[in-house]
Amino acid sequence: MELNEYLEVFIEESKEHIQSLNDHLLLLEKNPSNMDTVSEIFRSAHTLKGMSATMGYQDLANLTHKMENVLDEVRNKNLVIDPNILDVVLDAVDQLEAMVIDIANGGDGTRDVQSIVNKLNSIEKREVIVQDDSTKKVESNNGGSTATIINGLDEFEITLLQESEEKNHSNLQIDIKLREDCLLKAARVYMVFDVLEKIGEVIKSYPQVTDLEEENFELDFSVLVVTTEQSDQIKQKVMKVSEIDNVTIIPFTVDDILQQQPINSEVEQTVIEVASTVEESNKVSQSNSKAVISNKTIRVNIDRLDALMNLFEELVIDRGRLEQISANLKNAELVETVERMTRISGDLQSIILNMRMVPIDQVFNRFPRMVRQLARDLGKQIHLEVDGADTELDRTVIDEIGDPLVHLIRNAIDHGIELPSDRVEKGKPAEGLLKLNAYHSGNHVFIEISDNGAGIDREKVIRKAISNQVITHEQAKSLTDSQVYQLVLESGFSTAETISDVSGRGVGLDVVKNTIESLGGNISIESELGKGSVFAIQLPLTLSIISVLLVEVGKEKYAIPLSSIIETAIVSKSETFNAHNKTVIDFRGKVVPLVSLKEVFNVSSSLEEDELHSIVIIRKGEKMSGLIVDRFIGQQEVVLKSLGDYLSNVFAISGATILGDGQVALIIDPNSLIK
Amino acid sequence: MSEVNKQDIKAIVFELNNEEYAIPVQQVGSIERMQHITRVPQTEDFIIGVINLRGVVTPIIDLRKRFSIEKTEFTNSTRIIIVYINNMEVGFVVDAAYDVIDIPENAIEPAPEVIGTVDVDYIEGVAKIDSRLLMLLNIEKVLSSQEVDHLQSVEG
Repeated sequence: MELNEYLEVFIEESKEHIQSLNDHLLLLEKNPSNMDTVSEIFRSAHTLKGMSATMGYQDLANLTHKMENVLDEVRNKNLVIDPNILDVVLDAVDQLEAMVIDIANGGDGTRDVQSIVNKLNSIEKREVIVQDDSTKKVESNNGGSTATIINGLDEFEITLLQESEEKNHSNLQIDIKLREDCLLKAARVYMVFDVLEKIGEVIKSYPQVTDLEEENFELDFSVLVVTTEQSDQIKQKVMKVSEIDNVTIIPFTVDDILQQQPINSEVEQTVIEVASTVEESNKVSQSNSKAVISNKTIRVNIDRLDALMNLFEELVIDRGRLEQISANLKNAELVETVERMTRISGDLQSIILNMRMVPIDQVFNRFPRMVRQLARDLGKQIHLEVDGADTELDRTVIDEIGDPLVHLIRNAIDHGIELPSDRVEKGKPAEGLLKLNAYHSGNHVFIEISDNGAGIDREKVIRKAISNQVITHEQAKSLTDSQVYQLVLESGFSTAETISDVSGRGVGLDVVKNTIESLGGNISIESELGKGSVFAIQLPLTLSIISVLLVEVGKEKYAIPLSSIIETAIVSKSETFNAHNKTVIDFRGKVVPLVSLKEVFNVSSSLEEDELHSIVIIRKGEKMSGLIVDRFIGQQEVVLKSLGDYLSNVFAISGATILGDGQVALIIDPNSLIK
Repeated sequence: MSEVNKQDIKAIVFELNNEEYAIPVQQVGSIERMQHITRVPQTEDFIIGVINLRGVVTPIIDLRKRFSIEKTEFTNSTRIIIVYINNMEVGFVVDAAYDVIDIPENAIEPAPEVIGTVDVDYIEGVAKIDSRLLMLLNIEKVLSSQEVDHLQSVEG
């Protein structure tokens, strides 16, 4: 069976549906009467159920089914959503997610969901006991004589069959017996399925597909098929598969099933209702079809995009060479062609880079759930506002930024926003506001996490920093507010009075700072006591292509990332001073220490020391430093490459790049050159 | 005949200080001509630097320095042999690389105890073929894991 090929798609889509369930359930909590939201949730649950049933994940399908029942009650206005019900439903969604993750990790997606199923049942029962009883009857009646397969049908499958009847398709039960000497049973089963799928739709099989695949059956198996073809023809077609002993085809209708089983009319009614809602949701999806078309996507493995990127990088390098050659030869036709190629490859570059960009929503979308949970756990009231979720970032940055953001949000909820009673006392609304904001600016993306909570208490931070020996008393006096706030990010720092599960193990925010800095970004804090704080993260758009200033030191070329350069300057030797054995210059009223790259990198050079120094002023936060180089070459966009595993952790070198002439230039890590 | 072939080792032969060495061909990615090498500061002195190997930045090691053989100028026949060590690509600078040879297993003898100044642990064996003497290199020991670990944590 080719099911495994679909597994990946199944997992991806399940995740999407689970996410959509989460999103809409939270919306529903805010606006319990919005039936559109309920329909949306219902549709996601329904699709999820269908997919998991097809793939043979029974627990997954069962749980979704129970959830669907509850949602159905909500939609039929028999049940009003309250936080308790929502908790149970969200819990169920968590269980679903755990199962999908299990499947993704190669598990079989089974999980003990009895307690949650019971909870869902009791919610459902509270309002409609009759309906629940009847479903139980359906389930309990497994002793039917004709075939076990029909009795095992759930409401979803019955609905499908019913729909097909309405379309004048016939429902057939096909019992197939393989010959006793059949060697490759799974292969024959596959061929039978192949034939059946060509003529109609396979609704269910007994035993399940996975069992058939693993040859966990004797010689017979049964399949439910919806088709327009005649049973004789189907029989002939199936018999063409070799090693088949016998094929029996029994047509049936949904009424037959319902009659076979003592079911009161209410079930039928609910079944029909389900069917009609499916149609309804289909209508909704049709009305939304415009939006769907604009979102047409295919899934591409990130490795392939990386490979594409690598190939393109080589193309860029060769293009550089071609440009040089054409400039030397001065052949008009060649020059023209090369120029054209340059233009096209420029377009290509922006497209490839764009392909790697994903909206930050991928990270943001899990926060509403998290905030809700944390707020409930901590007894706080929090309103989360998300802005700019469509802001795009390079895939590699997205992968890394999730954990730091989680940390900062937890921090804001735990330490920032106060308990409702405290807030009212301070004259603030009981509900705290947590804002997530992402936006582009230049070559950077900014993410801001702001709250209107307690703000950072300068004195408390200083006391803590001194007692934790992060700073001394003397230092404390001269610190500016923003320097004090930065102390929060130092390791071994936690201002929470009591240590909670949420945050406050003292290992928190320095990890955040390190992660962000390793991504080439930085984090700043603004705060006003009593009014709230803003944590602002600045990140580069992409990690793979950066703007650098190329400089020459001796005969070697180095690249300095533009993002950390303030400006370049040329100063004569007479303008430098010595302080504490360090050379410094007076740069716009500030004393800036100078670092000679020649000395740091042990560059051998026969060049005479110039009377004038070429200096690149770099900065790290508030601190500045001047790098002495021999010559500026110019600004360039370069492709960042690592030095490989073999040469990791070279001092003051963050990577390498390949220049137009094919040579490697090293990229300087300015942060390590500023003490 | 086929049995004999099974026990043959196909090896790249290269020259260093007028002696011949061999590396199993499976460990060799390619052989490159000498090209511009970008020095990487503050690393072990036998690491010359990095080159651009078809878009991949590859570290280059001077085998002469690694084996403590006196330094000579690079010549026209100087080659870079790209080898794979523990999923890493590394280049070795050698005096010349010119031959692929089948070494019968039974021609290989363990390294003699006294082999001059060279530490014997990265010489896996010596093969005598006709009048030639080939030293079989154990790439992993040329950069023994300790050495590799050490390099990975080099910091100023």
